[in-house]
Amino acid sequence: MHLAYPAVLSALLFCTGLYGVLARRNAILVLMSVELMLNAVNLNLVAFDVWLSRTAEETLHSGQALTLFTIAIAAAEIGIGLAIVLAVHRNRGTADIDKLRDTAEGHETDAPAAETGAEKAEATA
Amino acid sequence: MTTTTLAVLVPLLPFLGAAAGLLLGRTAPGFVRPLAVLPTLTSLVLAALLAVRQGGDRALNAATELTPTGSVPIELALHIDGFAALVAVLVGLVATCVQIYSTGYLRDDPRYPSYAALVSLFTSAMLLVVYSGDLMVLLVGWEIMGICSYFLVGHYWETPEARAASLKAFLVTKLGDVPFLIGLFALATDAGSFRITKVLGTVANGGLDHPTLIALLLLAGVAGKSAQFPLHTWLPDAMAGPTPVSALIHAATMVAAGVYFVARLLPVFEASQAAMVVLAVTAAVTMAGSALAALAQDDIKRVLAYSTIGQLGYMTGALAVADRGAAVFHLLSHGAFKALLFLAAGVIIHAAGTNSLATMSRMGHLRARVPDAYWTMTVALLALAAIPPFSGFFSKESVLGAAEHVATGHTEHAPGAAGWLVLVVGLLTALLTAAYAMRLWLLAFRGRGAEAPDHGRQPLPMTVVLWVLAVPSLAVGALAYRVLPDWFGGRDLAPTLTTSVLGTGVALVGGLVTYAAWRHSTALAARVPPPLSASLERGHPHGAVAAHPEGDAGRVEAEAIASHAPAYGDLAQAPDPSDPGRLLLGPLHRHAAVGFHLDAVYSALFVRPVRAGADLVRFLDREVVDTYVRGAGALPRWLGTAVRRAQTGNVQTYVSALLAGTVVLAVAAVLVATGA
Repeated sequence: MHLAYPAVLSALLFCTGLYGVLARRNAILVLMSVELMLNAVNLNLVAFDVWLSRTAEETLHSGQALTLFTIAIAAAEIGIGLAIVLAVHRNRGTADIDKLRDTAEGHETDAPAAETGAEKAEATA
Repeated sequence: MTTTTLAVLVPLLPFLGAAAGLLLGRTAPGFVRPLAVLPTLTSLVLAALLAVRQGGDRALNAATELTPTGSVPIELALHIDGFAALVAVLVGLVATCVQIYSTGYLRDDPRYPSYAALVSLFTSAMLLVVYSGDLMVLLVGWEIMGICSYFLVGHYWETPEARAASLKAFLVTKLGDVPFLIGLFALATDAGSFRITKVLGTVANGGLDHPTLIALLLLAGVAGKSAQFPLHTWLPDAMAGPTPVSALIHAATMVAAGVYFVARLLPVFEASQAAMVVLAVTAAVTMAGSALAALAQDDIKRVLAYSTIGQLGYMTGALAVADRGAAVFHLLSHGAFKALLFLAAGVIIHAAGTNSLATMSRMGHLRARVPDAYWTMTVALLALAAIPPFSGFFSKESVLGAAEHVATGHTEHAPGAAGWLVLVVGLLTALLTAAYAMRLWLLAFRGRGAEAPDHGRQPLPMTVVLWVLAVPSLAVGALAYRVLPDWFGGRDLAPTLTTSVLGTGVALVGGLVTYAAWRHSTALAARVPPPLSASLERGHPHGAVAAHPEGDAGRVEAEAIASHAPAYGDLAQAPDPSDPGRLLLGPLHRHAAVGFHLDAVYSALFVRPVRAGADLVRFLDREVVDTYVRGAGALPRWLGTAVRRAQTGNVQTYVSALLAGTVVLAVAAVLVATGA
């Protein structure tokens, strides 16, 4: 199999993931897009490893070993990411990253105050 | 014990007492009183022993060099002649009396330990000045006295008067001390040594290159320390301190240090005729001006303070006619009777609960409340007014006699003009001195009106020392003028017939005129309604009186000082038409009461320019320098604001920017790699 096929596939995957990261609003979908980008890289690693090791007499298959590392780290990363998204959703009631702008310049911290007010209203109700 | 050891111990003991008092004051309050009194008393005994051993013979000189100090060596040196031995005895006597008196006067004062330690330190510094044979070591004692005076004047630092007075005393004396220091350096450069003996040797050989300059520079320091015109203004204000401090520092000893210094180095001043004339003019202005001012003061202690300035004027006058024997004789007798006057005034202030003569003159039977103070103060006032046979008569006549001696041209040491000036102004001041002494006595003890409040007997330590100090004022003068010339190795100090008759005559005239004025003005006041309506409206039945008359004397005095300005509108004077001083001085009274506006002149000449300069510097710092600093910060601040706008809080924007940057870098890298 020629190298072009997996390379084009991985480029398409990466671009899809990049689009998802930049354009999606839901934090979970952004995380999934990150996974897509990672897997595009994994695909590249495996493909190039195979292509390069065809001519070599002895090889350690370091590309494939690195892929395993990437998968393990991606698993950990997605676990932490999902936990954060879950916590944010519980705290704010939304996972829309357009609405999570607490670090913006000139951001007023009245939102939590309003929320606590809402909570109080709920408690009294 | 050798004589040198004795001489070293005399200043050392009070110093150790002061150090121990400061260290143990809080932890062991029981030791404070013994630590205050005993070292000073021992010092007095040793000083007296030393005086007996020295006996007016050849001066005792001893020196040791601690460490080499470059071109002009500084040595720990003693130079004890008859002057030093006798002045040390006076210092020891007054300091001991004051320490004993203070145990009663500041009985309940929480700051008594530090007060007593500072008085001991002051005594030690004064004894160092008296015995020192090295001008630099003398200066050390001189400056320690200055700082002790600052602390002790400000003892009642809760009152604004005391705070202002202590600062003023410090600054004005320092104003004189800077030229003094330069003068000492110039003198040592010309003489090649700081040792007094070597300096005097150089002067005797005519080795001084700039005698006038040196003498005038030294005179500035002397004027500051001895409260001579024009640097005398701190002394009346220094009366905001406790009375024993006024007695010790501002009457008997520290202010005498300047006179003593000139007496020691008189040949240096004699080398310049100009300096002697300046000294005579200073003495004349000081004497006459202070006597007039004393006649107008209402605060009993301010009367005594101006009187001190005037008597120091007599001493500088005696120095201006080159008779240091007469100067130191007057210093000794004045030290004794002025200390007595102040201590008695302290007793009176305690008993009357006020320091205002106008208020005292409306209290009947004050003299029956304080019989000890009444009798001793009468003796001291007679001595002050130079009535024979009290000690002040003999010492003042010796000054006038010396002036007459010079005026009639019997000596080459001093210009004849100086002699005439001192003689004429001295006689005029004798008249005024008798007048204000009489006024003080009449107003304090011959008051009429409501009976003075009875607070029981005065503490024993406060009355006993009055009698101890009354002895030299009463009896020693007649003895001293026969004995002292042996000690001073100078001219005969016996009063001459002409000046005695003249001096006593004008003193009697002054006293009688004041008495007549007092009779007249009190008769007048009996007819017109009492003038104190203003203070009556404010609820002071007697004018300025202390709020807690049953407290210890120090507290009563502090409250009396603080209440004077609210009751009478001024620290120094009271609107009292029955005051004989008002009748005698006429239109001059208004000016004399404020010390002839000298404070206002100084305020216009020095205080306001300095304040204006400070305001200018503040403006330059706040408005000019800070503008540059703020301007330099403006550009980074604007840049920061612009960059902060990029912080939208949207993570996807950040990632987009990252991607764009990466793409740009990648394209650039490709372009560079392909060489396009």
